[in-house]
This record gives sequence, C-alpha cells and structure tokens, in this order.
Amino acid sequence: MRMILTGNYCAAHGAKLSRAKVVAAYPITPQTTIVEKIASMVATGEYDAQYVPVESEHSAMAACIAAEMAGSRAFTATSSHGLAYMHEMLHWASGQRVPVVMPVVNRAIGPPWNIWVEHTDALSQRDTGWMQIFCESNQELLDTVIMAYKIAEDRRVLLPAMINVDAFYLSHTLENVDVPDQDKVDSFLPPYSIPFKLDVDDPLGFGHLIMPDGWMELRWEIERSMVRARKVIEEVQTEFNEVFGRSYSSIEPYRCEGAERVVVGMGTMTSTAKDAIDALRRKGERVGLIKMRTFRPFPGDEIVQLLDREGIERVGVMDRSTSFGSDSPLYGEIKSALYGRSDVMINGYVIGLGGREIKVDDVASILKDLEVGERGRVKWWGLKIEGESGDEMKSEAKHGPD
Amino acid sequence: MGLTERLTIPEEEFVYSGHTACGGCGGALAMRIALKALGPRTILVLPACCWAVIPGVLPATCLSVPVLSIGFAATGAAVSGIEASLKAQGIDDVTVVGWAGDGGTADIGIQSLSGAVERGHDFIYFCYDNEAYMNTGIQRSGATPSGAVTTTTPARKREEKKDMVEIMVAHHIPYAATASLAYPEDMIKKITRARSIKGPKYIHVLSPCPPGWRYPSEKTVEIARKAVMSRIFPLYSVEGGKYEIQRRNIKKIPVGDYLKMQGRFKLSEEDRAEIQKKVDENWESLLAKEGTA
Repeated sequence: MRMILTGNYCAAHGAKLSRAKVVAAYPITPQTTIVEKIASMVATGEYDAQYVPVESEHSAMAACIAAEMAGSRAFTATSSHGLAYMHEMLHWASGQRVPVVMPVVNRAIGPPWNIWVEHTDALSQRDTGWMQIFCESNQELLDTVIMAYKIAEDRRVLLPAMINVDAFYLSHTLENVDVPDQDKVDSFLPPYSIPFKLDVDDPLGFGHLIMPDGWMELRWEIERSMVRARKVIEEVQTEFNEVFGRSYSSIEPYRCEGAERVVVGMGTMTSTAKDAIDALRRKGERVGLIKMRTFRPFPGDEIVQLLDREGIERVGVMDRSTSFGSDSPLYGEIKSALYGRSDVMINGYVIGLGGREIKVDDVASILKDLEVGERGRVKWWGLKIEGESGDEMKSEAKHGPD
Repeated sequence: MGLTERLTIPEEEFVYSGHTACGGCGGALAMRIALKALGPRTILVLPACCWAVIPGVLPATCLSVPVLSIGFAATGAAVSGIEASLKAQGIDDVTVVGWAGDGGTADIGIQSLSGAVERGHDFIYFCYDNEAYMNTGIQRSGATPSGAVTTTTPARKREEKKDMVEIMVAHHIPYAATASLAYPEDMIKKITRARSIKGPKYIHVLSPCPPGWRYPSEKTVEIARKAVMSRIFPLYSVEGGKYEIQRRNIKKIPVGDYLKMQGRFKLSEEDRAEIQKKVDENWESLLAKEGTA
C-alpha cells in the first residue's frame, strides 16, 4: 500500500509489520514521533504489542534484552544522548546475543545542545558488537527494519542491529512509501525464535561470572558471527529485493562505471551526491559515488574489489562524524581495508556536522579537490574559520609547536 | 516455636550446594528462604551484586530457576521487560523477581526500580541489604547506617541510611515489607502474600555480612534477630498504604546489644545513645503510621 510517511512513521510501521511484541522506549528529539506513533497504534489496537514507557534509554535497552530473553521480539528507538546513555546495555545486548533491532535517528551529541543530524552518535558505538546499517530514504528505513530482524535472528548471526537514519532529513520528512502487505512480511519474516531463553521448564542461568579461560572464546564467537553476518545480510537483502521489488546491497555503487574519482558516503548525503554526480557526468567528468549501507560488519573486501574492478583512482570519503585526534571513522575504515591491496589515492572529508547542510556544490568541490589534492589527508570541509581546514591542523602537528 | 509453625517452611531446595558465598552469608540464606516461598515457576533477575558471583562460574550455577544477569542499574528495567514479554505471550503463572543488593537498589538502581514500580509491572523486588558494596570490598552505599566504618568512610559514615520501604510506599506500591532471615516463617508468609497481589511488590531483607560487618560467621542469624529485637530493623508490611507491624511483642533489647556484636561500628557511648534515640523515634513513628501509637 502506498502511504505518505515520515521516516519516523516508517520506523513505527516497520516495528508493527515485523510483529515486535514488546516496545520499550524513551522519548528524545528527533526520535519522539516513532514512540508516539507506536504508543498510539498500540492504544487503538491497530498494533498488538506491549508498550513499556521506560524512564530512560538505559532501561529501554535493558527491557528489550530481557523481553527477548523471555521469548518476545523487541523493538526500541533512540538518538544521540539517548544512545550514549544506553552504551552499557548495547554491550549487554550483543554479549547476551539477543537480536534486538533499533533505529537510531542520528543526531549530534552536546554540549552545546544540538538536535540536528550527525553520525557521531552511532559511530562512537562502533565497537559494541551491533550491526550498523545506514539508510538514504524512508522507504529504505521501513524495509531495513523488517530485513534487520531476519538478519539479526538468523542462527548464524544472533546479534543486535542498529538502523541509522539522518535526523530531520528522514525522521521528519514526508515521502511516498510502499508499505508492504502484512501477509507478505509474515511469509518473509518467521515468528521470533532464538535457541535459548528464560524458561521455568528448562531453567538456565545467563550472564553469570566467567573466568579468563572462557572469555576470549565467547568474544571470538561474536567476531565469527559478525563475519558470517556479511553473507547473511547479502542473502536477506537479495531475498527481500526479490519478494518486495527493491535493490538493496551493502555497498551501492552509483555511476562508478569508468569513474576516475568517486566519493563515498552514508545516509542522506548520498542523495545529494547523486545529483552532483549527474551534473558532473553531464559535463563529461568521470565521477561516481559509493553509498555505504552497512558499516558493521564492514564490507571492506567489497569496497576494494569495487575500486579495483572499476579502475577507480581517487576516493574522497565524506564523514558526517569525526574521531578527534585521528582519521574520521568511515575514512579510517576504508583506508584500513585498502592497506596492502590497493594504492588508490584516498582523502577524508569531515562535512555536515551538527546539521550543517551538505550541498550539491560541496560534493562537487570535494570531487574537484580530489583532482589536485595530495593523498591521505582529512579535511574539514566548509569550516567557517578563515584559512583553516584539516590541512593546516595536520601540518601544525607535523612541524610541532614553535 | 511449635512444630506446626516450623512446617511452614517448604523442604524443597532451589539453591543447591556449591555456591561461592562467604561462610555465614546473610544474602545466601535470604535467597534460600525466598526461593522456597517463590517456588520453581520463578524467573530471577540479578544485577551486579554479591549474587552475581554467588551462583558460581559458568557453566555451573547453584540456582535451579532461570536467571538473567543484567547491568548494575537495570534490575527494574529487566523485570519490566520480562513481565511485558510474558504478558505478550499470555503467560500468567510465572513470578518475575528482581534480586538486588542495597547499592543496586538504593543507589545506582533506584531509577529503574522507581520506573518499574511507577509503571505498575507485576513483579516482586527483593533488596538483600548488607548495608554497603560488599561484593567490591565494603564501600559505603546510601543504605549504610550512620556510624559504620567502610573502606570509603574510613572514619565512619555520618549520614543516615536511606529508607527504601518508605520510598516504595511513596510510589503507592501495592505491597512493601521488611523481612529477616532470623524469622523465616514471617518472610515466607510475606512472599506468599506478595505473590497473591498483582502489581509491583517490594521486600527488604536485612542481610548481615560477616566480613563487611566484622563478626564471626556463625553469628549471622543471631545478629539478624537482634536487629529485629532492638527495633533498628522492625518487621512490618504496608499493604495498600496500611501499615502492620509483625513480631511486635518480642522482647525489646537495647540497640547497643546489636551494635556491639559488630566490628564495623566506631561509636562512643554518646553515639550509641543517639542511635537508641533515633530507633525509639522511628518505632513511635511506625506505630503512628500503623495507628497504634
């Protein structure tokens, strides 16, 4: 059915279509309308679920973990400070191997207060053992909630999944969306079942003390599952594409055929980049885009293969996030994947933090910079400080203080 | 005590031998008694506390009911999630139990407990109160009594103990009670009562700790009994806002008899008199709440 929905309503419909039976969530701008919509659908009986209006995000995740351990599919959603407050329980979810699914409406983390889009909230949770997928559109968000449950609950995976969506650009923007039929979703996504649970007829204890001689093996299991998830994600996306008529994959090249220079990005900036690339292609420039959907597990091999296959020479990675004192997150990941396997030129561009607009011209100017720029640098693009970008900062460090 | 009363304690054990608690652990005994009253259709949530390690090292456990370990602050949230999950599945014959120490209850876990009680989930929450962070080595908590020496109050704690039962009563909780492992029949009666009531229930069990309170491990039950007899830890319940004192007629002893059995208190005669005064005032206040002052 076609509906005009905001990103946040898409997340709510995704939870309902996935038949998540327990929703425990705490409101935070700009995630609020997800929980409001769910609360209202539960209140009217349109959505059969237990809605638990918890008193914090830490409790939201703890309640979701406990609900899944007790045998019900669970859903929550958060943003920014809420995600940071949840941090301990993010580790608990992956360590306990519960396949919770959670949209995160990506927003800057204060101070000072800033409610607008930035990916630092999600990317600073990189090492919590969650799968992380980034969406470009509301349609993608709705579809990804459904896919994420199937991926996360797969016996080869059993890890939680975070679905990242840009604050306001998606969360509060209306889009014409194809909402799948419940019957079709039901035949795609089987009822919730994981191979362990809190059961009075088969009592087991979970999460007690372990000694160092057993710990590393449990962490290795998570690592292996994360690696296996790469295959499972592709399988589930392929199946979803066939059943629902979509075309998702973990990395989505756009006009990379014959491209010399490409930009890489995640989230809504990739829509902007597509416009920039269309315009430059019309002028005969050999440019393209790699849209990253999956950040964890990181599809490093696929990136290297794509760059190699298309003969791409220069890569500009756009990060709507930063890691102070080191490479910006996505740039660092891709650079690391390329090590010893490719000698393409690669630069990082920190851009659009805290809701600052990323314009078509910004993407074009990055592609221009790639024509002339030196390799291996992180630049802060569009910084409103006279004469400063990442460049100057780096050379200062190189030369040391006066 | 008559034979008929003794038989109110079920014989079945749900805490098996081989646990890793210290000798004389009040918290271990409290769990043993509580599970006898809770029975096998119980799901237990354990946050960080002594009981996070007492069950033993994975894959072994001394507990014969299902247990979910959870982060320190999250007991209230975890019981909420389990209860909602069981409700979603139409399961209504399982008792959901949160079991936390005093730090996990009065300090770091008070928010999630408060939330769970306010939302009215159906569960029983136990605080086994050993009056400090004992699992980490005797650091003061909000439930450490005034006058007690801990590793973070090396002179002694100056502040008063938080009154968790009153905090729970202020949530309009359907049922709250204190319980003592020296009075197991009373404790079992209270748990049985709590199980019969829908909604959140809170039971506060004073749990003497030999290393933390500095007394010989065979004195746990005696100290627990003296806490009740001295009225520093009176046995009472609050059901639907109505207070009722239990064991009101046992012989009253001076609070000094309780305090002097423990090495943790650094008190002058004056201090002891001050504590006695507070104990007497609290008792009067409890009688007033009960309507029998």
